[in-house]
Amino acid sequence: MIQLTGVSKEYPKRGPALSDVTLHVRKGEFVFLTGHSGSGKSTTLKLVHMAQRPTGGEVLVCGYSSAKLRESEVWKVRRKVGCVFQDFRLLPGRTALENVAFALEVTGRRPSTIVPLAQRLLAQVGLAPKTSALVHELSGGEQQRVAIARALANEPFVLLADEPTGNLDERATRGVMELFWEINARGMAVVMATHDLELVRTYLHARVIEIDQGRLVFDSASTKEAATA
Amino acid sequence: MRHALREAIAAVRRAPVLTGLSAAMVGLALTVVALFALAAFNLRVSLQAVEERIEVVAYLQDGTRPQEIAIARQVLAGLPEVAEVLYIGKDEALARAHRDLPELGELFGDGTVNPLPASLEVRLRDGFRSEETVAQVAAVADDYPFVEDVAYGREWVDKLFTLRRVAAFSTAVLGGAFAAVAALIIGTALRIAIFARRDEIYIMRLVGARNGFIRRPFLVEGGMAGMVGGAFALLLTWGTYRVVEAFLFQLSWMPASWAAAVVAAGATFGVLSSAVAVWRYLREV
Repeated sequence: MIQLTGVSKEYPKRGPALSDVTLHVRKGEFVFLTGHSGSGKSTTLKLVHMAQRPTGGEVLVCGYSSAKLRESEVWKVRRKVGCVFQDFRLLPGRTALENVAFALEVTGRRPSTIVPLAQRLLAQVGLAPKTSALVHELSGGEQQRVAIARALANEPFVLLADEPTGNLDERATRGVMELFWEINARGMAVVMATHDLELVRTYLHARVIEIDQGRLVFDSASTKEAATA
Repeated sequence: MRHALREAIAAVRRAPVLTGLSAAMVGLALTVVALFALAAFNLRVSLQAVEERIEVVAYLQDGTRPQEIAIARQVLAGLPEVAEVLYIGKDEALARAHRDLPELGELFGDGTVNPLPASLEVRLRDGFRSEETVAQVAAVADDYPFVEDVAYGREWVDKLFTLRRVAAFSTAVLGGAFAAVAALIIGTALRIAIFARRDEIYIMRLVGARNGFIRRPFLVEGGMAGMVGGAFALLLTWGTYRVVEAFLFQLSWMPASWAAAVVAAGATFGVLSSAVAVWRYLREV
């Protein structure tokens, strides 16, 4: 479903961010992408949702290749991939419902279906009573739940989360993580970038990929395969 | 398109001050262009009025026979450049001189002696008042032996056409420069408005909106701001025109097509500037 083959990314001023990374994320997997700040986690996620293109190798997402997909067609990948970020990236001055409805509206849903669907998505993330609350009236954990509901709007195959708990306290972090696992249990793959190793250790059954200085240095799936062999 | 229009109106409602400011900036920038257009139009009208007075006058020798005069009138009137040929007899010439130059009344005496010659006044058609045409018509008139002299104010015509060329050139250069400055100001104003909404563009692109879908509301909004700005510019120019006319000198208001062009220019600049600004943000996400 997500296939990175010999992927490198070099920024003109910063130099190499990723070097020769090869990995494969299957349908329904829960993957932690770990590593220090600046190790290349966020770059990997940006390459997956094609906000950036690799300078070497190929990224394949649900059949769309980074080498072939035109800039005007990136929306096709974005509808297969949901994204959440540390800073939530919600539209200020709008309600939780409006933020989710916005994603539905701009991707061309029928107007009559938008509000009921947005309400259902917010109910799924446990925010049914707060649909009409403005973004700044919500706590950090609640804002992240709105962002997750928005990311689910297009029923993607995979949810990419870039340090989604970075701005949250312990309780909110637990709540968001439970939500991710619920989403994953319904068959959606989750790829979560985090530098919080404590958090990773809490969920031992998840796949863990570690990136260090742009290189893939550890993949628990390979370790398991090697152990099985 | 309905979505684009609805979103554009919603954006104006959400940030009325910002939209109002960009429309005002567009308006002020276009006011300079519209004022220049008004000045250029009036210059053109004035030059045209002067040009219309260009005519060739053939002074006839005393004693020229009426048949000769009739033939000359017929030949001159048959030229494609000529609108009409009027015969001014000696008596009429004297009457005109008394009327137009009363201070010289004594010079003409009591009218028993008339020193003024009869003449043929050749009026030219619109579009045939160039230096060459005037000289050609004058040469035809001058060929008749009974024509004593032909006058058309050669130096004056030369100067008028030089002035017209200078006016046309400076109008093109200055008008182009003003339009370019206005385009830059309008572009900056609308870029600021779009910069304030870059989060929206980012999220739309993030969740998978098509580029055209993202772009449309901004183009509509840019067009609307440009149009309002253009109308504002016209209003300011109209106000200036009224003040100048009331307190300084007589002016002509520009034709409706020119006024419509100012509003259309505002809308066009608005759409183009928004397109460039959105294109930049679309590339960044």
